Amino acid sequence: MAHHEHAHDAHGHDDHHHGPDKGIMRWIKTTNHKDLGTLYLFFSFAMFFVGGLMSLVIRAELFHPGLQFVDPEFFNQMTTMHALIMIFGGVMPGFVGLANWMVPMMIGCSDLALPRVNNWGFWILPFAFAMLLATLFMDGGAPAGGWTMYPPLVLQTGNSFPFLIFAVHILGISSITGAINVAVTILNMRAPGMSLLKMPLFCWTWLITAYLLIAVMPVLAGAVTMLLTDKYFGTSFFTAAGGGDPVMFQHIFWFFGHPEVYILILPAFGVVSTIIPTFARKALFGYDSMVYATASIAFLSFIVWAHHMFTVGMPLAGELFFMFATMLIAVPTGVKVFNWVATMWKGSMTFETPMLFALGFVFLFSIGGFSGLMLAITPVDFQYHDTYFVVAHFHYVLVPGAVFSIIAGVYYWIPKWTGRMYNEALGKFHFWTSAIFINLTFFPQHFAGLAGMQRRVPDYAIQFTDWNVMSSWGAFLFFAAQFIFIGNMLACCYGWFGRKQNLPDRVWEGAHGLEWTVASPAPYHTFEDPPSLHDEDLTAVHDKVDALDHHKLA
Amino acid sequence: MLNKGWLARVAAGTALALASAVAMAYTETSGGYNLPTGVTEISREVYGLHMWIFWIVCGIAVVVFGAMIWSIIFHRRSKNPKPADFHESTTVEIIWTTIPFIILIGIAIPAAGTLIKMEDTRNAEMSIKVTGYQWKWEYEYLGEDVKYFSTLSAESNAARQLKSGVDVTQVPNYLVDVDNALVLPVGKKIRFLITANDVIHAWWVPELAVKKDAIPGYVNETWTKIDQPGTYRGVCAELCGRDHGFMPIVVKAVPEAEFQAWLAAKKGGKTEVAAAPAVTATDAAPAAPAVEVAAAEAAPAPKALSKEELAKKGEGVYKANCAACHQATGQGLAPTFPSLVGSKVVNGPAGELIKQVLNGKNLMPAFKQLSDEDIAAVVNYTRSSWGNKGEATTVAAVAAARK
Amino acid sequence: MATPAAANSERYFVPAPSAWPFLLTVGLVVLIIGVSGFLEDGNVGPIPLYLGGALSIAIIYVWFRDVARESEGGLYTAQVDRTYRWGMSWFIFSEVMFFGAFFGALFYARGLSLPWLAGEGGELTTNLLLWPGFEAAWPSNGPANMGGKFDTIPAFDVPLINTLILLTSGVTITMAHHALKEGKRTPCIAWMWATVALGALFLFFQVEEYVHAYNDLNLTLHSGIYGSTFFMLTGFHGMHVTLGTLMLLVITLRLMKGHFKPESHFGFEGVAWYWHFVDVVWLGLFVVVYWL
Ligand code: HEA
Ligand code: HEA
Ligand code: CUA
Ligand SMILES: [Cu+2]
Repeated sequence: MAHHEHAHDAHGHDDHHHGPDKGIMRWIKTTNHKDLGTLYLFFSFAMFFVGGLMSLVIRAELFHPGLQFVDPEFFNQMTTMHALIMIFGGVMPGFVGLANWMVPMMIGCSDLALPRVNNWGFWILPFAFAMLLATLFMDGGAPAGGWTMYPPLVLQTGNSFPFLIFAVHILGISSITGAINVAVTILNMRAPGMSLLKMPLFCWTWLITAYLLIAVMPVLAGAVTMLLTDKYFGTSFFTAAGGGDPVMFQHIFWFFGHPEVYILILPAFGVVSTIIPTFARKALFGYDSMVYATASIAFLSFIVWAHHMFTVGMPLAGELFFMFATMLIAVPTGVKVFNWVATMWKGSMTFETPMLFALGFVFLFSIGGFSGLMLAITPVDFQYHDTYFVVAHFHYVLVPGAVFSIIAGVYYWIPKWTGRMYNEALGKFHFWTSAIFINLTFFPQHFAGLAGMQRRVPDYAIQFTDWNVMSSWGAFLFFAAQFIFIGNMLACCYGWFGRKQNLPDRVWEGAHGLEWTVASPAPYHTFEDPPSLHDEDLTAVHDKVDALDHHKLA
Repeated sequence: MLNKGWLARVAAGTALALASAVAMAYTETSGGYNLPTGVTEISREVYGLHMWIFWIVCGIAVVVFGAMIWSIIFHRRSKNPKPADFHESTTVEIIWTTIPFIILIGIAIPAAGTLIKMEDTRNAEMSIKVTGYQWKWEYEYLGEDVKYFSTLSAESNAARQLKSGVDVTQVPNYLVDVDNALVLPVGKKIRFLITANDVIHAWWVPELAVKKDAIPGYVNETWTKIDQPGTYRGVCAELCGRDHGFMPIVVKAVPEAEFQAWLAAKKGGKTEVAAAPAVTATDAAPAAPAVEVAAAEAAPAPKALSKEELAKKGEGVYKANCAACHQATGQGLAPTFPSLVGSKVVNGPAGELIKQVLNGKNLMPAFKQLSDEDIAAVVNYTRSSWGNKGEATTVAAVAAARK
Repeated sequence: MATPAAANSERYFVPAPSAWPFLLTVGLVVLIIGVSGFLEDGNVGPIPLYLGGALSIAIIYVWFRDVARESEGGLYTAQVDRTYRWGMSWFIFSEVMFFGAFFGALFYARGLSLPWLAGEGGELTTNLLLWPGFEAAWPSNGPANMGGKFDTIPAFDVPLINTLILLTSGVTITMAHHALKEGKRTPCIAWMWATVALGALFLFFQVEEYVHAYNDLNLTLHSGIYGSTFFMLTGFHGMHVTLGTLMLLVITLRLMKGHFKPESHFGFEGVAWYWHFVDVVWLGLFVVVYWL
């Protein structure tokens, strides 16, 4: 990740520029996509740890039956904040950080399309989360209605309520500006000759993610705005007495919420689709079908939202429709998984840390997907719903899914960012500990859930004890394992342990793509004049490259 | 490296296997690691569906992961230095799009069948209205004018308080036991009309495969037909605030005759008075019927209680309903639960305090269901304790405030 | 400013480091603290409200001033122009989705929740047990008759006038655009002033209407689901008209300062797009909120 020394290197590389400002002002005023990528990643990193700590409070209280440490109300605050911070503060900024760094370098342009907006989109985040975290100390404590913010419960929140709502608004603004930026960059700034179907899949998944973000973030903003007016201005959107319906909020929320979960996974698909070919030394199998699969997942994600609400008492027709639509998503997702396997097939694989995390992703995300499919079956979801089976499902897709892919991406690109190689042995150790402990954390939760343990409780009947003991151990150990990661990465950033900036441009010999044609570390400014493309620079290898030009959409 | 990988997997695998074995030893609900088969035709069908889908995804997992592991082993550089260079095949793409699709149809059809049955609440033989409160359930046998609250059992409730010091593993049915169970006849189609009074709750009994949200202002319908007598335990399954984890459900299924007898006794109302336990936390239920009876027997009007008596009774009511949050010391838990000591609301005009107790505010649930006397009592108690100086109020004032 | 773009005007313009975004954030957050304090009768007082508001507005002003300068300074290549077109289109799309949420609420209430409360669609018991006697009709303030009896605003009255106003403003701004493209600056400015005036007039009538609703019709935010949807939809639309009018004003003033060229003037077009968007939303409102 960029930092001061790096800035000087940048000078070394192209000194006809003014360098970045010095000191803190560099970070406050920067319009440089690499600086902002770095800020995003460090921020995401910090939030992961705050959210991680909260999850440890949760796991500590659930370690044994009985209430040992926290009041139930505070427990609910932890659950709620944990989720909001992990999703909006950890995973989303993490992916935006990767996009900031990599998209311009992948499509060969000098920066994101709207650099100042980019800066704004980042800086509102720390403020939003400062506000959100401050609610922990307000009268009535932090929001405790769950990250889904269902009324009427959420309307019982104390003084922190408006801060919750406005924090969500700000996060929305950040996501929308960020998404517009990425989308416009990809649509408008590709190097000459890079048709849409020649660009790296990471850009494709991000383009579609950006579309989802722009489509659903405003809907969330609308939903929470109605909460605000219901609480303070006497409207009755969600009150039966006035002709409204509490369930209406759930519909609007999940119309945002389900696409949101794909927002959290599509960029992950992109990262994995970039890493596997590199270490299999074999072009990504079925590039086009990958693109179409991603698009169909995005489309389907708009018509499945009510699978989160099977128990609210929808009309039968609705329940059937949403069950079928949800099941369909398994098909395009399957295509992706199969393509990854086919890419590895007859490849010449090596297992550096990024590859390990990518493979871990394919295994464990699929497990999460399988439980997802089980949840899609309405009559059975009546049993699963709001139990730890659901908690297990979404942590499998989120932690060894989304989070693993971020980690994999960081290992994969940090040599390009810093010009220094991470320590491979430590990396492998980090992977194995993470992989084992994450399973120890979340696999038992399937059993607890099936056996009848409901979500969002600080205490439980004794027959769930063992599952929770295991899960808590796993959580603590997994958390501890992440410090290996921090150490390893910071050493690259700051050149600890005498790590040298001595890497070739193409750090991984199997890697393709423009990002590997620039120096390591990447100079402060890259591709100010669009590069001329050579086929070997393209990740998406096609038999007849030219045959594809009619695909040009832009 | 790879061997390390295998060791790792094996290690994790055995760990899980062992652990699950241990856990099964503990548990009382069927196995404790899987859905219960349950005691209704529907619940068995649901269980069947669950296992059917489970085995299907296991099969798919074996195929997909098998292929992956195979190529991880045999297609690494050491074994296969020269990568192949194929990267497209429309045929296989079509194959692996259609096969999953067909599999899904195989799941969808039986699933739809069961779902349609579950949603068919017609020609039920009796109806029960279930109302969720923060944090208790109310059951009303429609047409029988039998209606009562069901709350966490006193023993569990004492044990679950923060740092109670009680060894909860010794508490029978910890957190899944209630004072008044829902008594149902076996072999009858029973329709549940589920709603809520304050926030959304969800009424869930795994053995019946019944889970429906209780939504304020709307009534959701579902049904069951229990085959075997027995006691079936469930919980509130929708986050409903602080004590969401502490409003369990107990269904006692009994033969028809026994049920009729119980119902008859219940109508007499006497049973409550007898059954009414010493007021237990978050348990104000029996109070309601108790008062009716009192009125029926034209007992001395509640007003007759002197201020002292009220305050005395108030202490009980307070410990039961308020202490969990505001603490026995009245000092609350900052920042979440405000202190009552010297509080403006408590020492201010009694009317305001009564209103807040009746209707709740923010995190504080409404306590409408308490009897006027209880409310007057607890109001006086708080206004005269911990150095608070609010003038006493009367039962009449509370009754008035309800209007 | 020694930016890459300055070095080579063919290159994509990357602005120099800027403090505006950060300061804008500070402004917004102070504003939010002010509003929240006001809502939760916290003791922050009015200062944050005004301070934050003022700061935000000031920053937005200087930020856009910079953009205008860069644009007039010829730093924007054709590619930058495309960026703004793409950007504006996506932004308007997000606005559409925002209104979508509230339209969705309206349709849900009329199509589902009210009939259910009245016992239709398999919700008979909801009606019998909880809201006996309630019948679904529109407009409605719910079974509890929230906020008391109220009257609604007839569509073919002021709302119709407002519709005509907005439609006309759509024409006038198009006239202005043509004039600009033909390099006829004076008529262009005239048409713009006309557009601004129409926008202002619309707002005037809208406010009148609200006053009337509150004072004479007892139609308020408290009037159940009807009041909620009515005021939220028209209210947010009103805000957008206000914003649009301000932007039109700015553009007009820039025209008078001689900004924009016949062949390149996206600043103008962007605002025009926005104005048309606001116009279309109104048509939707007129039909589903006032008329049907
Ligand atoms: C990254 C985020 C993410 C992802 C990718 C998914 C993916 C999926 N999710 Fe998940 N989900 C969440 C995050 C996510 N989910 C969250 C956060 C919640 C809880 C929210 C809350 O209540 O707090 C949730 C809850 C949730 C529910 C509601 C459960 C309940 O509350 O009762 C359901 C129900 O249908 C569901 C289904 C699915 C399905 C079908 C997929 C599919 O996309 C999965 C598809 C993938 C596969 C199936 C595996 C690979 C495929 C193959 C190998 C091909 C062959 C396979 C078959 C033919 C079966 N999810
Ligand atoms: C992305 C989202 C995400 C992530 C990462 C996590 C991570 C974890 N979660 Fe959480 N969780 C949710 C999303 C997430 N969770 C959601 C949505 C809910 C539902 C809330 C609700 O019910 O309302 C929930 C609820 C939830 C519960 C249920 C609470 C309840 O029902 O009462 C539990 C209980 O065990 C739990 C545990 C954990 C644990 C132990 C982890 C551990 O994995 C934590 C350890 C992880 C880290 C320490 C971060 C490591 C990451 C890195 C090191 C990446 C580095 C990054 C860069 C380089 C940029 N979570
Ligand atoms: Cu009631 Cu949860
Ligand atoms: Cu979903």
